[in-house]
Amino acid sequence: MSVSTKTSPPVPPQSQPDVRRLGSNLLGPAVLLGPAGLWLLLLLVVPTLVIFELSLVPNIRPGDLVIPSGLGNYLRVFESLNLQVMGRSLFFAIGTTLICLSLGFPVAYWIALMTPQRWRNLLLLGFILPLWTSSLLRSYAWVTILRPTGVLNLFLTSLGLPALDLLNRSSAVLIGMSYSYLPYMVLILYASLEKLDRRLLEASADLGANPIETFWKVTVPQTFPGIAAGSLLVFISSLGDFVDPELLGGASSMTVARLIYNQFLGATQNWGFGSALSMVLIFLVSIAIALLLKYGDTKPQG
Amino acid sequence: MTETVSHELEEIPVDMVQSKPKFQVSWQVVFSLVMFVFMYLPIVVLTVYSVNQSPYSAGWKGFTWDWYLKLFSDKRILTALQNSLTVAFSAVVISAIFGTLLAVGLARYRFPGKNLFLGISYLPLIIPDIAIAVATLVFLAALQFRLSLWTIVAAHVVFCLAYIALVVSTRLADLNPHLEEAALDLGATPAEAFIKVLLPQLMPGIISGCLLAFVLSMDDFLIASFTSGTGATTLPMEIFSRIRTGVKPDINALSVILILGSGTIGFIGQYLSNQGEQKKR
Repeated sequence: MSVSTKTSPPVPPQSQPDVRRLGSNLLGPAVLLGPAGLWLLLLLVVPTLVIFELSLVPNIRPGDLVIPSGLGNYLRVFESLNLQVMGRSLFFAIGTTLICLSLGFPVAYWIALMTPQRWRNLLLLGFILPLWTSSLLRSYAWVTILRPTGVLNLFLTSLGLPALDLLNRSSAVLIGMSYSYLPYMVLILYASLEKLDRRLLEASADLGANPIETFWKVTVPQTFPGIAAGSLLVFISSLGDFVDPELLGGASSMTVARLIYNQFLGATQNWGFGSALSMVLIFLVSIAIALLLKYGDTKPQG
Repeated sequence: MTETVSHELEEIPVDMVQSKPKFQVSWQVVFSLVMFVFMYLPIVVLTVYSVNQSPYSAGWKGFTWDWYLKLFSDKRILTALQNSLTVAFSAVVISAIFGTLLAVGLARYRFPGKNLFLGISYLPLIIPDIAIAVATLVFLAALQFRLSLWTIVAAHVVFCLAYIALVVSTRLADLNPHLEEAALDLGATPAEAFIKVLLPQLMPGIISGCLLAFVLSMDDFLIASFTSGTGATTLPMEIFSRIRTGVKPDINALSVILILGSGTIGFIGQYLSNQGEQKKR
């Protein structure tokens, strides 16, 4: 409280209208912003700088040609096996985004525009509630469903259909990831669709557009910021997902997150390379965030 | 006023589909119901298997509580649960204090570099867990810090802080600023005004932020495994090490308990923030 005794009476300086709006500035900025700022500096900003530094330390495997520059760890990312891993991660992330968008849009549309107002919060809550349960256990449940003797095949064979072998393949990873991130997509699309001016839909219909034309020419452009935000959020989350590929993908579905994990906690101990991979992941996510800031929320609604 | 507008909107047919007879089932309804089933299918499957005598085969072999009994006598699970609760409670308490102060501070002050500060505060919401985990491990190793439960707490505070600050900021934006001014005019000290006027108004936001942070901390596997060292095992780490080697019947029972627990917390949290939103209208 030493800060408060030093500062001026509760008349805020004119240059800070925010201060006036919320009352006094006597609880100093040091007390308000200091603890969190320091914590984030020490455990987020500085550590990120440290892994950047570590990623530049040449980490030479026995038998390697010596790469004299500090970029050796980054050059390893471009080895064909690692490029394949990056490509697979991008494939999973893009695939998950497209699946979530196509599954999530009708659901969000139905809840936001086709149900009575008083049901909406409850329906939305019902849809995203599984999000609050352990992500690890939800992925594990998919193992139970998809494994050769699992629920899905029990169902299929009882109908006389051939059994499917989905577990430990890309398909299982895509199912698990789409399941994990669908609620996020619906949540964001809902927020965007709820703001949609329904009169525009009616006007479009009055002017002779059929529902499909109205959808593509009115609904989609009007809710584009929401579509962009939802897609990029799902893309970012699935790109860094570790649990779904690890539990559902089997040995052949190595992704960036799993590769990074192995460099630190797995058999292949190579912190320099792991740090470089982390920086590449952060870089890819940053591109997505930049796109999000550009397209996510800029267009005026209605 | 806005209330009446939204009621009027209600009566306008939404699109061409709805200008048909009102109770016709459109494909959106069917599709959405299928998606609801999809969302709850894994949970239902785990629940059924947790009381199935033979969880190794897909068929139903009769009802049993055995897996639950086995679970409650499992020392390693109980220790892991205790560790997880310790981490989650500690991280949430620290984050609740720092996060609320952060949200209030960010709403009150303008200073050079504020946007950068704001960006960094919300970064943990977007940056992949694995990147945060790696950075924290490397940093702690560089300082030769002994890894323990408390290093997990320190790492969890980073993302809990961000979530609580975000939820509190949303609430803060809707508050009437004059109440705190009035308190100051009536002679309250700034600290009194903060504690007696601002804090009670922020409380629903703080609580729902805390519940969210608590569930996220209980759920975190990656950051905990990187920052725990060898000594401390949290519940997700214990679960992960067991399910990686195949399907374990007692884990189904554990899933059901955890799903009920975190689902309830989630419901309360969502309910509180919905209440807040409803007041806005």
